[in-house]
Amino acid sequence: MNRTVNPKELPLDDDNGPLYVAQKKVYPQSISGTFRRIKWGLMAFCLGVYYFLPFVRWNRGLGAPSQAVLIDLPNSRFYFFFIELWPQEVYYFTGLLIVAAVALFLMNSVGGRIWCGYLCPQTVWTDLFYAVERLIEGDRRERMKKDKSSDPMKLERISEIVLKHSIWLLIGWWTGGAWVLYFNDAPTLVKELVTFQAPMIAYIWIGILTATTYVLAGFMREQVCTYMCPWPRIQAALTDEWALNVTYRYDRGEKRTSVKKAIELRALGEQVGDCVDCYQCVAVCPTGIDIRNGPQLECIQCGLCIDACDNVMTKIGRPKRLIGYDNDVNIQRRQEGKAPIYRIVRARTVAYSAIIAAVGGIMIYTLATRSLLDVNVLHDRNPVAVRLSDGSIRNAYTVRLLNKSGYDRVIAIDANGPVNATIHVIGIDSVTPDRPMIVVPRDSTSELRLLVTAPAEGNPEKSIPVRFHVTDIGLGEVASATDNFVAP
Amino acid sequence: MTDHHSDIDPVSGRSTTGHEWDGIKELNTPLPRWWVITFYLTIVWAIGYWIVYPAWPLISSNTTGLFGYSTRADVAVELANLEKIRGAKMVALGAASLADIEKDPALLALARAKGKTVFGDNCAPCHGSGGAGAKGYPNLNDDDWLWGGSLDQIMQTIQFGARSGHAKTHEGQMLAFGKDGVLKQDEIVTVANHVRALSGLPTRKGYDAAKGEKIFAENCVACHGDGGKGNPEMGAPNLTDKIWLYGSDEATLIETISQGRAGVMPAWEGRLDPATIKAMAVYVHSLGGGK
Repeated sequence: MNRTVNPKELPLDDDNGPLYVAQKKVYPQSISGTFRRIKWGLMAFCLGVYYFLPFVRWNRGLGAPSQAVLIDLPNSRFYFFFIELWPQEVYYFTGLLIVAAVALFLMNSVGGRIWCGYLCPQTVWTDLFYAVERLIEGDRRERMKKDKSSDPMKLERISEIVLKHSIWLLIGWWTGGAWVLYFNDAPTLVKELVTFQAPMIAYIWIGILTATTYVLAGFMREQVCTYMCPWPRIQAALTDEWALNVTYRYDRGEKRTSVKKAIELRALGEQVGDCVDCYQCVAVCPTGIDIRNGPQLECIQCGLCIDACDNVMTKIGRPKRLIGYDNDVNIQRRQEGKAPIYRIVRARTVAYSAIIAAVGGIMIYTLATRSLLDVNVLHDRNPVAVRLSDGSIRNAYTVRLLNKSGYDRVIAIDANGPVNATIHVIGIDSVTPDRPMIVVPRDSTSELRLLVTAPAEGNPEKSIPVRFHVTDIGLGEVASATDNFVAP
Repeated sequence: MTDHHSDIDPVSGRSTTGHEWDGIKELNTPLPRWWVITFYLTIVWAIGYWIVYPAWPLISSNTTGLFGYSTRADVAVELANLEKIRGAKMVALGAASLADIEKDPALLALARAKGKTVFGDNCAPCHGSGGAGAKGYPNLNDDDWLWGGSLDQIMQTIQFGARSGHAKTHEGQMLAFGKDGVLKQDEIVTVANHVRALSGLPTRKGYDAAKGEKIFAENCVACHGDGGKGNPEMGAPNLTDKIWLYGSDEATLIETISQGRAGVMPAWEGRLDPATIKAMAVYVHSLGGGK
């Protein structure tokens, strides 16, 4: 948080105020409650998936990788359990990104910055680092006291600091270590890493991610959300009056006063708020703001102030959720004496859900019906057509056969279109002269030069379509592609 | 400068920049200190680039930098690595016979890839990027070959050329029957029509077939053979097919017979290494017309 600068405090010659301000260190206090429990649970889940997923095995048969999730860059393959994707199928990732983006919009229109508060890696790792800090250096007050102390450091304090940073670095190192495991067979790479046999690039990436984790979660923390991340700006443009955000219900809270005074004033029949100005919501906030000032850019809506306030309300015998997921519409309705209404189902949430369902549905459909045999055809450009000495016409094509299955295939090639056409594949002397057959090894492509020759008689002068069928003669699986047959 | 000091936003209690757009003012929010420090660090980092990498132009060269880095040296390393990978394969290509290369899918793919690149660098200016040819430059995709279309014949033509001056080059040329005074103008017109008749093209009105036959037999069959079927030993084209290097219309034929033709194909032996010439032969053969 930046210090509020009163321009009157500034020297007169300074026209526009200070150029920069120091980061104000935040000391979030520990808290327990519903949202803290949800956050612990989600943190355990997210980190568990991230750290251990590379060790999950998946049997794909002999010779194929047995890692459930693997990004195989040298062979340009992506493995995800039963799915194996080739580089030309990158549109599945496009689909995934669309679903992810719209899911973010949907979360935002239902419950505000759910992503920021509970799921974002920056939040999850920062939360973990705060937990380590609390465990070693104590809670908010102790940490503030220790940081402020001007006494010369004692061995105990020094060892605390060393221990904290060591654990942080260890977490950072493990984060980078897990990252590289997604790009190689995990058990093999772990063995190589331990015996210093792993490729240099693995150590470099571990180093990079150790550094980013250590710096971003240990030092930058809320600064990342406030100054570096574009999402707070985008989400502000996506929200509407019905979205539930972590809100201080000023209709219930104001005027703030002490517990004792509130009882006295209530006895006199005066209007008093439930907020007792205990500052617990500020103490627990990981971005160091006061939620009672209304919606703020810095707020990641993690809900910890809800837990803090609920605990206090319970103690003083007032109803919970003085701070809660709410919106201005309902605050105004309550002020007018009307019952609050919650509209989760509205035009934008329905639209977002529909987009997610549509894109997700298309992806599932295409994945389920994905062909393991494919053919791409590229017509020769120069020359597009050749006249042979007997007057017949020949067109040449580059044909690429894709065998995405885990076994070798024998593929027969047919071409339909030109009248009395014959086809020939360069380098293949097939036993069936008019129907070239070739073996395409498992999980690979074969590029062929294919010639289609047809007599001038019976074939039109202009371009006509030619259809290539490739057939797995063992399984009968067929793929086809269309191109043109052109006269010179 | 106007005095902005008294301009405070009543809601946030913070100073504004003093600028106003349709009643909206911008809060004067100072940058975080780490941001400013990072910005200055990037400037320092940039100065580091000046020192360790080539940066400043001098009169005839440039500063080389402490690391002695050069993109040229990088290219040399990359090329050496490539040669290391390719070397063994090119040796295999050089050792295999032409026929064996076409039967081995891996060698065929290598020869076609190598041949295509070398073709683009050396042959495309005359024959076109895909070997489609032009007037006077044969189309290498069709099945008509002046000097023969087998793998060995294609390789020989690439190695030694045609009328190239190389000791082993293909010799033989179309004589200038008109210029040299062998045939008179009307005889040339007659034999030109005879040539058109050979490949089934229409002839001029009043064309004397018997006379044409006689002139052809006396002057042309020595190279083009009986019936004009051509002779790859002499580089004499087949006159009965549908493919014409210079054109089949009467005027072009008269020009060819009068002036003669002697296109030159350079010899590539000595300019390209043997394995590369082999790759080229396979590439040209595999364009589709090879026999």
